[in-house]
Amino acid sequence: MSTQPFNQPRPPMNFETRGMRLNSTRRTVVNYFVTGLSILATIVVLIPLLAILFYLIYKGASSLNLNFFTHIPAPVGEEGGGMANSIVGSGIILTLASLMGIPIGIAAGVYVAEFGQGTLLANAIRFTADVLNGVPSIVMGISVYSLIVMPQKHFSAFAGGVALAIMMVPTITRTTEEMLATVPHAIREAALGLGVPKWRTVLSVSLRTASPGIITGCMLAFARVAGETAPLLFTALGNQFWSIRLNEPIAALPLQIFVYANSPYDEWHRLAWAGALVLIVLIMVSVTLVRIFANRGALKGGS
Amino acid sequence: MHSLPPCGDFHSPHKLPQGEYNQPGDSDFQETKIVSSTRMTTEREPGSPLPVPATLAVTPTPAAGAEPQAAVTTLSPIREYLSKRGSGRLADNSFAAVMLLCACSIFVIVLFILTILVLRSHLSFAQFGWRFFTRSAWDPVSGDFGALPFIYGTLVTSFLALAIAVPLALGVAVFIAELCPQRLRAPISFLTELLAAIPSVVYGLWAVFVLVPIMREILGPFLLKTLGWTGLFTGPNFGVGFLTAGIILSIMILPIISSLTRDIMMAVPNSQREAVLALGATKWEMIRIGVLRNSRIGIVGAIMLGLGRALGETIAVTMVIGNHPEISKSLFSPGYTLASVIANEFSEATGDLYLSALIQIGLALFLVTIVVNAIARLMVWAVTRGAPGRAA
Amino acid sequence: MKVKLIAAGVLALATIGASAQNINGAGATFPYPIYSKWFSEYSKQNPNVKINYQSIGSGGGIRQVSEGTVDFGATDGPMNDEQIKGAKVKTMHIPTVLGAVVPVYNIPGVNKDLNFSGDVIADIYLGKITTWNDPRIAKDNPGVNLPANAILPVYRSDGSGTTYIFTDYLSKVSSDWNSKVGKSTSVKWPTGIGQKGNEGVAGMVRQSPNSFGYVELIYAVQNKMPYGSVKNSAGKYVRASTDGVTAAAAASAKTMPADFRVSITNAPGTTSYPISSFTWLLIPTHSADAAKGKALVDFLGWMLDHGQSEANTLTYAPLPKPVQDMVRKSIAQIK
Repeated sequence: MSTQPFNQPRPPMNFETRGMRLNSTRRTVVNYFVTGLSILATIVVLIPLLAILFYLIYKGASSLNLNFFTHIPAPVGEEGGGMANSIVGSGIILTLASLMGIPIGIAAGVYVAEFGQGTLLANAIRFTADVLNGVPSIVMGISVYSLIVMPQKHFSAFAGGVALAIMMVPTITRTTEEMLATVPHAIREAALGLGVPKWRTVLSVSLRTASPGIITGCMLAFARVAGETAPLLFTALGNQFWSIRLNEPIAALPLQIFVYANSPYDEWHRLAWAGALVLIVLIMVSVTLVRIFANRGALKGGS
Repeated sequence: MHSLPPCGDFHSPHKLPQGEYNQPGDSDFQETKIVSSTRMTTEREPGSPLPVPATLAVTPTPAAGAEPQAAVTTLSPIREYLSKRGSGRLADNSFAAVMLLCACSIFVIVLFILTILVLRSHLSFAQFGWRFFTRSAWDPVSGDFGALPFIYGTLVTSFLALAIAVPLALGVAVFIAELCPQRLRAPISFLTELLAAIPSVVYGLWAVFVLVPIMREILGPFLLKTLGWTGLFTGPNFGVGFLTAGIILSIMILPIISSLTRDIMMAVPNSQREAVLALGATKWEMIRIGVLRNSRIGIVGAIMLGLGRALGETIAVTMVIGNHPEISKSLFSPGYTLASVIANEFSEATGDLYLSALIQIGLALFLVTIVVNAIARLMVWAVTRGAPGRAA
Repeated sequence: MKVKLIAAGVLALATIGASAQNINGAGATFPYPIYSKWFSEYSKQNPNVKINYQSIGSGGGIRQVSEGTVDFGATDGPMNDEQIKGAKVKTMHIPTVLGAVVPVYNIPGVNKDLNFSGDVIADIYLGKITTWNDPRIAKDNPGVNLPANAILPVYRSDGSGTTYIFTDYLSKVSSDWNSKVGKSTSVKWPTGIGQKGNEGVAGMVRQSPNSFGYVELIYAVQNKMPYGSVKNSAGKYVRASTDGVTAAAAASAKTMPADFRVSITNAPGTTSYPISSFTWLLIPTHSADAAKGKALVDFLGWMLDHGQSEANTLTYAPLPKPVQDMVRKSIAQIK
C-alpha cells in the first residue's frame, strides 16, 4: 500500500480481516491486563502501609493521652511521662534544617536546569547530588560531628539542624531540576519575550509552574530526615529535659523512639509506638498544609 | 527588494549596528500587513513606534532623533527605568552567581565528607591499602579487616530492592496519573506519600515483628517450592537475611520513586496524550507511547534517588539482615551491609585501627555509590542518545 | 521607677538562669533506666541542677568524655590503658550498679529452666555444639527431654558492654574461645545471626524456635523469657539474681584495684553469679567548670546514700558495702 502514489485514492482499510481482528483483540487484552497489573500494584503497595499503620495504632494508641503531649519523659515506674520535649525539639531541628536546606537545594536545582543546561558543571553537580544522596545518615552525622561539635566542644541543636539540612539538599536539588525541565519552553520564551528579566522569569514563571513537583521533592526530603535517628545521635545528642536553646543538646522524636524501643520495659515500648504514630501524623499534617497553601500555578497536562 | 518569507522577518540591512529596533521613521518595510492566524495579539505594522507609556512618550523622539550617532554612550530613559527595576545585566548576573554558589555548595559538602573520611581512615589505609576493598575479613579483636562481604551485601540488597520496587512504583504511578478516577487521585497519592513519612526505626521494628515471621513461615517455604530450582533459596531459613532486607528496603524506596514518577507523568502535556489517542491507540498504548516515553529521563532520575536511599539505609536493614559478614549466593542466608556495620559498631569501636577501618568502610560506600551511579548514567546515555528527551 | 523594676526583674531572671546547672553526659545503654530515674529524682530535690544523660553506647561515652564534649561519661567496660593515655580529659571510674548477663533460649516443648556450663556456651557459639540434644547439654540437664533440632545462636551485632562481659567470661572458661575469638565489645562471631541491642536479641530469641542468645538480666525478666543457670567457678549452677551478682562483687572487693577497673566475671564464691559486671561513671578528675564539678560530686554522694536502695526495684544489683566505702573515699579526691 505504501508504494501507491500520493494523490491516487487508496482502497479503504479493511478492519474485518482475521489479522486485524486478532490485532485488535490482542491490544484490548493487553490493555486490560496492564490496567489490572497497575491496580494490583497499587493494592500490593497499600497493604504494607495499612499493616504498619494498624500495627502502630494497635500498639501505641493506648498510650496517647494529654500527658503525652505536655510532659517530659518520666523514669520507669512513674506515671504521666510524655514526649512533649521531643515533639518540640524535633520541630525546632526540622525548622532549622528546612530553613537551611530547602533554599540551597532549590537554588542548586535552578542553576542546573536554567543556567547551566548541558554544561559539564551541571552534569557534575547532578552526579554529585546522586552520590551525596547515597551517603548513609550515620556518615553525615560523623562528618558534622567533626565539623561543628568537636570545635565547639558541645552537642547542640544547631549541629543537628545542619546534619539534616545536608541530607535534604540532594533530593531537593534533583527534584527541582527534573520538575523545572518539564516546564515547556514556550512559557519561558513568552515571559522573556515580554521583557521579563531572566531572574524574574525563573522565579515567577518557571518555579511557579513547577511548584507542585518541587513541593513534592521538598516534602519527600522533609519526611525522610524527620524520621532519621543516626545523624542526631552525634550532633543533637538528645535531652530528657525541656530545652529550646540552639546551642545545647535537644530532644528529638526519632531519638526518643529509638531509645525506648530498645529498652526492656513494656510501658516504654508502648510509648515508643505512640511516639512513632505522633511523628507520622505530624509529618503528614505538615506535608498536607504546605500542599494546600502552596498549590498554585499548577501545570497539569496543559498544552 | 526581497520578498518577505511568510512569517515575517524583521531583519533590515539598513538597521543601525546598535540600534534600538523600531525607531520611528527608520524602516524600509512598506509591504503588506502581515496577518497571521496563529498570533494572539493584533499585528502591529512594522515601523510604527512601540506603544510607550504616556509619561515617557515625551523624551524618546528628540533623544533618538537628535543623536543617532551618540546613541551608543547614553542609556535611553527606558533602559534606565528598566535597569533600576532589575531588568539589567547586573541583576541577571548576580542572580546566576547566587544560584551557582548554592550549586557549588553540593561540591563543597561532598568534598568535605570525602576529606574527613580519607583523613580519619589513614591508619587502616596504611595497614591494608587498596586490598581492603577486596578482602573478606572482619575481626575486631585481632585487627584483621576487609570490606568485600559488606560491599556484596550492599549491592545485593539494593538491587533486590530496586527489582521489587521499580515495577510496583511504576504501576502505582501509572494508576494514579492515568487510570484512577479523579476523586481517588488525592487519597491514593496521600497514602503512598505516607509511606515516606514512616521513620526507618519503625520500619525496622515492624519488619522484625511481622515480616520476619512471615518470611520464615510462609514466604520462605513458598519460594523454596516454586523457585528452588534457581539455587537462590538454599540453606536454612531463619527469616532474616538478604531477601527480607531487600523487601523492607523496597517498601522504603517505593514512595520516592512513585511520587516523583507520578509528578513527572502528570507534567506531560495533554497534547501528547490526545495525539496518540487520535491515532487509535488503546489506553495502555497511549500511556506507553505518549506519556512514559516522554518521562523516561525523569523516571530514571527518580530511580536514582531511590537507589541512593537504598544504598545508604542503615537502621531498618540492620534489624533484618542477620549481621553476619559472609558472601553467599542464597537469599535466605544472613549478610551484612556497609551502612549497617558502621551503624552497629561505630559508637563502641575501641582502638584506633578499628575506628579507622570503619571509616574506610564509609569510604567504600562512597566509592560503591560513585561506581553504581556512573554505570547507571552511562546506560541512560547509551539508550537515550539522540532521542528527544522531552515533549516541550 | 518602672525602668528600675524591669532592671531588677531582668537581673533576678539572669541570676536564676546563671545558677541553673545543665550537665550533659552520655554513655552505656545498659544502665540508662536507673540513671534516668536517679537524675530525674535528683533534679526534683535540687531544682537548679539538670543532669541530662543519653545512651549512645559505652564506646561513645568513653570517646565523648575524653574529648570533652560532655561533662561525664558512662561505660559497661572499663577503659583500657591506650584509651586512658590518649584521653584529652582525665577521668576516674566510679562504679554505680551491677548487672548480669543471662543465657536465654527458645526451645519448643521445653519450659524448664536449663543449666549451662561455661564451655558448653562457648562451644555453641563456636559452632561445635550444633543440636539441642547434644550429650554435653544433656549432661548439665539430666531428665530433660531435649529435641534434636539445630541451635540458632544469636549474638549482638552492635558493639556493646554486654558483649564485652559475655566474651570476657567465655575467654576465662574456654581456652578455645580465648585463642580463636577473644574478648571485646565487638568480636568475630564464628556462627549465628546478629541483632541490634539487647532488645533485638531478646526479640529474635523470643520468636525464633530453637534459638539461643545472651541478654542483660532485666531484659529476660521484663520480657518474661526463660533463662538458664550458669555454672560458677565453685561448680554450682547459679540462676542470675541481684543477690548473686552482689555476692560476686563482694567476693572481688578484696582484690579491687584503686581505680575500680576490674572484671568480676567467673568470680569466686558459692553463690556468685559468674557473668556479672560493674558499670561505671567516668567523672573528670578536674572539671573545667567548677560549679559543674561540685554538682557532680554532690550527685555521687546522693547516689551512694539514696540511689543504691532503688537499684533493686529496677532489677539492678546495688554495690556491696565494702565497695561503697571505697567509692566514698575516691569521690573525695575529685575537685
